[in-house]
Amino acid sequence: MKLKTILTGAALAVGLAGAAFAGSHGKTKVGFVYVGPVGDGGWTFEHDQGRKAVEAAFGDKVETSYIENVPEGPDAERVMTQMALKGADLIFTTSFGYMDATINVAKKFPNVKFEHATGYKRADNVGTYSARFYEGRAVQGLIAGRMTKSNTIGYIASFPIPEVVRGINSAYLHAKKVNPDVDFKVVWVFTWFDPAKEADAAKVLIEQGADVILQHTDSTAPLAAAAEAGNVIGFGQASDMAEYADGPRVSSIIDNWAPYYVARTKAVMDGTWTSDDTWDGIGAGMVKIGKMTDKIPADVQAEALALEASIASGEYKPFTGPIKKQDGSDWLAEGETADDGTLAGMDFYVEGLTGDIPN
Amino acid sequence: MIRLEKRPSPSRFWTMLTPVLAVVLTMIAGGLMFAILGKPPVEAIRTIFWDPLFGEFAYYFAPQLLVKAGPLILIAIGLSLGFRAGIWNIGAEGQYIIGALVGGGVGLAVYPSDSPFLFPLMVIAGGLGGFAWAMIPALLRTAFRTNEILVSLLLVYVAENIMASMALGLMRNPDGAGFPGSRNFKDYPAAFNDELVTGVGMHWGVLAAFIAVIFAYILLQRHMLGFQIKLTGQSPRAAVFGGVRPARLVIFCLGISGMLAGLAGLFEVTGPSGQITTDFNQGYGFTAIIVAFLGRLHPVGILLAGLLMALTYIGGDAAQLNLGLPSSAIQAFQGMLLFFLLGVDILSNFRIRFRKREVV
Repeated sequence: MKLKTILTGAALAVGLAGAAFAGSHGKTKVGFVYVGPVGDGGWTFEHDQGRKAVEAAFGDKVETSYIENVPEGPDAERVMTQMALKGADLIFTTSFGYMDATINVAKKFPNVKFEHATGYKRADNVGTYSARFYEGRAVQGLIAGRMTKSNTIGYIASFPIPEVVRGINSAYLHAKKVNPDVDFKVVWVFTWFDPAKEADAAKVLIEQGADVILQHTDSTAPLAAAAEAGNVIGFGQASDMAEYADGPRVSSIIDNWAPYYVARTKAVMDGTWTSDDTWDGIGAGMVKIGKMTDKIPADVQAEALALEASIASGEYKPFTGPIKKQDGSDWLAEGETADDGTLAGMDFYVEGLTGDIPN
Repeated sequence: MIRLEKRPSPSRFWTMLTPVLAVVLTMIAGGLMFAILGKPPVEAIRTIFWDPLFGEFAYYFAPQLLVKAGPLILIAIGLSLGFRAGIWNIGAEGQYIIGALVGGGVGLAVYPSDSPFLFPLMVIAGGLGGFAWAMIPALLRTAFRTNEILVSLLLVYVAENIMASMALGLMRNPDGAGFPGSRNFKDYPAAFNDELVTGVGMHWGVLAAFIAVIFAYILLQRHMLGFQIKLTGQSPRAAVFGGVRPARLVIFCLGISGMLAGLAGLFEVTGPSGQITTDFNQGYGFTAIIVAFLGRLHPVGILLAGLLMALTYIGGDAAQLNLGLPSSAIQAFQGMLLFFLLGVDILSNFRIRFRKREVV
């Protein structure tokens, strides 16, 4: 399908690489590509907090820039190229859907380092990083299991990918542990950020009797819906969402990218950056549990803090056997813990969850 | 006192000049907005309009302009034919999705293949997919007199759900580690819509857009069907007396716009986008409606409007990156463009008279 001449290709590649090289002296330039607006109060907001931390840590030695609301696809590729042409040394691409675009652009700019969040494709100049959100989900599940009076917990799920499935499983296992009668209702909304859809999903779950709403989407709309319904609690997702602390929000899972962004920028400055795969959790501070409000009784708070501490120290792993899969087959034996490979590709529910993962 | 006086027919002079005037007014109002945001207005305007074309990295951005404008022009040309005849296809986004799914699906179904006939077959399938999706509102209108605006718009949401289901199920990449999304067409040479010459941005879809412009121009200027379209738009009753069969015209206009939207989707998903994902549609089907009106429903106008729209996208990204402008400011800027264009339209249809108040 092409009348390509290798010569023009080579000429362009040299031109692109040369342009990138020419710009990269003096200040270290760090670019960020965001999938949502910086004011989303969730996922993108926290990445931008990380960017600000990089500026605060290095002052004049760095120059950061970002482009927000970048759709996944050809636009992402163009935006990344634009950053590389402008002389960026390090580019963080902060959405799963940027994966192929990141790899494509990285091929054209071998001297620029790329860090792709939540993906699995790497190259010499592309590293990946993600957080063990499921560790936070374990604590959240425990609180949810203790707090529910109707024994029905609603879960707003985004896309049926391993990261989301892990979160549902982890929350369910730890809710079940403290409350054997608990039942999870999962609604899939197929979006990361769509306040209207998220609010609808929350309302449907509340109508079905849920008095605790967990969400794996980025807006505060489910909390707003919970506030409207009254007697329903929820959690901040990705960001603390503390503005709902007087209302339904009882705690939160916070993504804390700042230490990682600072460390990786430092590595680029020192010339020690190498491509790797980082997957940190509560222990390393990449996942944080937001302050619990007084709505949670003191004994439950203590129990949640103890669980958080045991995960942080590495003493306890959220996926520790015996655990069976939804179809009743054995997954983990007594005392066995899940390996990262299985977790990374998790595509099944654990025993006790109802419904199917959409396919 | 200022008075508006309706012209007997739209002024040719002002019809040509108003788009330019609108761009200038947008620059002034947009510059004011950027200044209020604390950004240098002249530099911002230059970054948006000048740099992508003549700046340091124009060798990369100018081709990207074609990549971005191609699908917009292709869809807008199809829509403009219907709009001229008063047939309102608002659901090009849905036809775009279905075209991409049907055409892309043909390629994925026979993976791996290296047949030279595969890509042409996918193109045909993509066009037919969009055509078939547009036939739903067309046939419902001709058979049951339903409103094609509503039916075609609501079918967008149906198409979006089919797309999500395909990306998660039938078309999911078996080697994708459980993540949603199809195989990447970039790694499937026989089905990949590559640039025709590396680095120029021109792919089959852009070529198709240019051909569509020429085709539409000839149709409207030189062909009986084009005359019927224009006549129906101006006076449906007169058109019926003149021998136009409205049902056939509805099917033709919706069919051709659906087909072109389907083709745009196919070219995009097998080329620049590269993958069927749960949300690969970028709103081209809706933006194309703006492009069609910006271009005055005229083929050459649409060509220019598509390029201008693409320029504001690409320059807008640059302004975000270089000057730290928020993306919402860029969207407001694009909105101003349409606002002023429709606003100054009054000059082509009305004459402004300055007159002293008459003393009684």
